[in-house]
Amino acid sequence: MIEHFPVLIIAVGLLGAFFTPIIGLIRKELCSPWASLITLLQFLISIFLLYQVLAAGNISYWLGGWQPPWGIEYAIDILNAFVLVLVAGVCFSVSIYAKKSLGFEVPGKELPLYTLYILLSTGMLGIVVTGDIFNLYVFLEIGSLAAYALIAVGDRQSLMASFNYMIMGTISASFILLGIGYLYVMTGTLNMADLSERLPELYGRPVILVALALLVVGLSIKTALFPLHTWLPDAYTHAPSAVSAMLAGTFTKVGIYALIRVMFTVISPEYVIETVPVMNILSWVAAAGIVAGSVLAIAQYDIKRMLAYSSVSQIGYIILGVSMANKLAMTGGILHILSHSLMKVGLFMVAGAIIYRTGIRNIYQLKGMGKKMPFTMAAFVIGALSMIGIPPTIGFASKFYLAWGALEAENWVFVAVILLSSLLTAVYFWRIFENVYFGVHEHEEIKKDEVPLSMLLPILIFAAITLLLGLFASLPIGVIEHWVTGVLP
Amino acid sequence: MIQDIIFAKYNYIIYITLMTIGFYGMIGKRNLIKKLIGMSIFQYSIFLFYISAADVSGGTAPILLKEPAVYVNPLPHVLILTAIVVAVSTLAVGLSLAIRIHREFGTLDEDKIIELS
Repeated sequence: MIEHFPVLIIAVGLLGAFFTPIIGLIRKELCSPWASLITLLQFLISIFLLYQVLAAGNISYWLGGWQPPWGIEYAIDILNAFVLVLVAGVCFSVSIYAKKSLGFEVPGKELPLYTLYILLSTGMLGIVVTGDIFNLYVFLEIGSLAAYALIAVGDRQSLMASFNYMIMGTISASFILLGIGYLYVMTGTLNMADLSERLPELYGRPVILVALALLVVGLSIKTALFPLHTWLPDAYTHAPSAVSAMLAGTFTKVGIYALIRVMFTVISPEYVIETVPVMNILSWVAAAGIVAGSVLAIAQYDIKRMLAYSSVSQIGYIILGVSMANKLAMTGGILHILSHSLMKVGLFMVAGAIIYRTGIRNIYQLKGMGKKMPFTMAAFVIGALSMIGIPPTIGFASKFYLAWGALEAENWVFVAVILLSSLLTAVYFWRIFENVYFGVHEHEEIKKDEVPLSMLLPILIFAAITLLLGLFASLPIGVIEHWVTGVLP
Repeated sequence: MIQDIIFAKYNYIIYITLMTIGFYGMIGKRNLIKKLIGMSIFQYSIFLFYISAADVSGGTAPILLKEPAVYVNPLPHVLILTAIVVAVSTLAVGLSLAIRIHREFGTLDEDKIIELS
């Protein structure tokens, strides 16, 4: 049983999604607890896998007992297990939050919604768990198709947002498929470990360059790296709040994971850093994205749209950290996957809570919200402080490592960009603080009116984890450093 | 020289041409259905690439034969079978979105939809 856990995390999800409509036909109300149960199972399995990887080393699971590279292999190392726990944890917490939030924003659609929800979660976990590059493409499409449909159930404009996302997503997936095809034609294998052994002798060939370019561009669209981010703001703004929270916390992170995996496992770090300056190009693009995302976020007045542009900027941080490719910056970048996921999910859930109680999306109408929803707004403040990078939050730890890494690389432009963007982040969050706590509401007496407990609890838990992991940041950093020292020379 | 490339590798040239046509359709056209047509052409061109790469002239199916024979690698075909399923489901999602957009806005022209929303 235990040795089959790597595939069970997928099998549980696929079976769960299959049985959701049947359960929904019996009783509609059962769909939401069912989704929570399935994602909880996935979360527990992922925690166990992380524990096992840390205790006993990398796991290699052979699907159907076929030996790789002939069969499909599920290979789990520390990075996999780390992202796995993060994704499954976010999916589980948001599923609890989603019950009331989705019930309010899109009533009566539980049945298809939770089926897609479980499929999306399973698709993302599949991308992370697999060690076969074509399998990665298939799971990417499972996740993406579920995401297009989930976004389309939002408000009126969500249809067009979803359509544009689908066009961009298909371009990206097709590029990835083509890149995989080039690699396969040259090497005759699809297994990532096997590819990394066979590729070095082909490094002089232009075909590998083309494959690398296709994979990088394809995955950059999925991660919404700056000039290719155009699908993200619309999709996050118009999707239901719970869906935005889940996508912001997990889907782009999974894309970044796939990018790291392709760069550092399939293709060797020496090739992407020294022979071809992919990392150098990516780091400058990411730096531009950090500034552009922050500036665009300042220009927004819709709270969800502001958070979406802020996501573009934060994704820039992660890519910048990874692509500076020294140990400190890489640790910071991967830690920022965790911290951005925690704080952005928390912030999107708060935005959803505000919409649930008042229907307000304009940040200039949030006056007096600090008295009306004290706990929710306190969680918002913690998340926002973490975004700015104020100790003792997890956002401080990751930004500290990023800035330290930029200093180590002696690239002063990146140091300036990291610090400047923190300032810009403070600017766009300060507008909300000012309205929420210091704005005076003229018309009516403000009564305390919190959201239901099933929505409040996940919000508070995310705020608490943001704080606690900031205080005990050495825990995740230790895990990540272990992986980074194994990869970078 | 050039003739050799054209006649020996014409399927790759067709694949690149189709891909460019599809890409233009997705980016350049303003009608949503035309965008979807472009998307399909784009995806199918990649299938053509896989299938051309797997072809061996005179090869047979990879089944156990008495005497050794030239056979075709079945894996790319199987991969493309998966990719075709993915492409069909993407097209289904896209068409159903187009139907809902038409119901909501009464048009499929992207510029008019942006005006209306």
